[in-house]
Amino acid sequence: MPVYKYSQPLPSEITSKSEYLNRRTFMAGAAGIGLSPLIGMGAAHAALETSKSKYSTDEKPTDKVAVTSYNNFYEFGTAKSDPVKNAGSLTTRPWTVDVGGMVNKPGTLDIETLLTKFDLEERIYRFRCVEAWSMVIPWVGIPLASVLKQFDVQGSAKYVAFETLQRPEEMPGQRGLFPSLPWPYVEGLRMDEALHPLTILAVGLFGDVLPNQNGAPVRLVVPWKYGFKSIKSIVSMNLVEKEPPTSWNKAGPSEYGFYSNVNPEVSHPRWSQASERVIGGGIFAARKETKFLNGYADEVGSLYEGMDLKKNY
Amino acid sequence: MAQSRFWTVLPSWLIYPVGLIPAAYLFYAAFTNQLGADPLDALENELGEWALKFLVAGLFITPLLRVARINLVKYRRAIGLVAFAYVALHLIVYVALDRQFGWWEIWGDIVKRPYITIGMAAFLLLLPLAITSNNASVKKLGASAWRNLHKLAYPAVLFGAVHYVLLKKTWHPEPLAYLAVILALLVWRYYRYRKSVQTA
Repeated sequence: MPVYKYSQPLPSEITSKSEYLNRRTFMAGAAGIGLSPLIGMGAAHAALETSKSKYSTDEKPTDKVAVTSYNNFYEFGTAKSDPVKNAGSLTTRPWTVDVGGMVNKPGTLDIETLLTKFDLEERIYRFRCVEAWSMVIPWVGIPLASVLKQFDVQGSAKYVAFETLQRPEEMPGQRGLFPSLPWPYVEGLRMDEALHPLTILAVGLFGDVLPNQNGAPVRLVVPWKYGFKSIKSIVSMNLVEKEPPTSWNKAGPSEYGFYSNVNPEVSHPRWSQASERVIGGGIFAARKETKFLNGYADEVGSLYEGMDLKKNY
Repeated sequence: MAQSRFWTVLPSWLIYPVGLIPAAYLFYAAFTNQLGADPLDALENELGEWALKFLVAGLFITPLLRVARINLVKYRRAIGLVAFAYVALHLIVYVALDRQFGWWEIWGDIVKRPYITIGMAAFLLLLPLAITSNNASVKKLGASAWRNLHKLAYPAVLFGAVHYVLLKKTWHPEPLAYLAVILALLVWRYYRYRKSVQTA
């Protein structure tokens, strides 16, 4: 069981606001006087040490304000301005990711381990949203393959199933009578997609730790797929044999498939995917033509050889 | 009587400059890059939403008169024309800035994308209403024909709300709220109409 997953308690059972605020004051205080180096690291906004990667694009990154204030993160509300307003309440320390299923060494992955025991790389990737807008984002991350290696994945595992935190008391979008999506948010990748060197677990942005609204403390980034595949605030990764369910596919099976590869030839049933609005261009900027696999066809095109991508959208 | 004078003390022409203040602000903010990360999307959306607001306001005039005895009928033409101005600006922004006069793409949108088809239909339904929103047209058409023509506002407003609901990735609260209010206003009219037919 992931550390953060529990059945929904009664409102009366939830820690009162004053109590949890107190707890945080205590934690911040503890961090300040160095009682716990672990907590201290989480609270600090230390720049991350990174190395460059050959997988980075040389395109100019989108303005940082736009990247950190224009987000789809429905756990914090459906408007793009909601996450930056509401995600401040998310507690991201301590944080662990449960890794289980078809692995020989199941276990948990601590965010501090991710930040300190792995080589962090800067990966400047194009990011294409299914809503037909795009950005260029300088992520800091670790290839998912090198993380999964630690858990000794069994040969018969075919897919990785990911899950986002479910914590309604800190995620206003998960409260209320009419959920915008079925919670918790879940995503999945085929094994070869998960192990591809372009696929990373991101822990940072613009050389710093991930802001909450961008999926802190750890999220997936799969640059050749529509943004919603890049699941945020991950609490578990399970190696499985069957194609796992994915949130947007559950919400609209005819509109969002398991693969969700960027593809200008395959329209969303309600809008075209042929072109995209580049964020940061202002109101007179021309739309940009969308490229097959978001311009990463040379790297990942071979994964889909012989597949009908109109059917496997 | 005192009450009705209270509600109609302002001249109806004031609706035009006041109603267009949000548009002026939106264009100013868009040109000076103050509409956030995706200013074009914001401009297009906000203009559309203001169009819906004024269309809904127009639909409220009759129930306010019948149910609450508040007579705002003298403002209705101005409210309707301001609503149409927002619809037109919304369309112009889509054609000129969003699609940059790519007529082939626009045509593709209209035939292939139901939310665009339905939005365009709403615009076409409102066009004759805007053209005939003047005293000369009322005279020329005759009051009852004019009134029948202007019932096109009902499907137009409904199409506008459906257009809004359809362009979101999933069910969003704001478009659904518009749709719910508009449906309620139209259902109210339908029941009144049924009653009037039965008693006649």
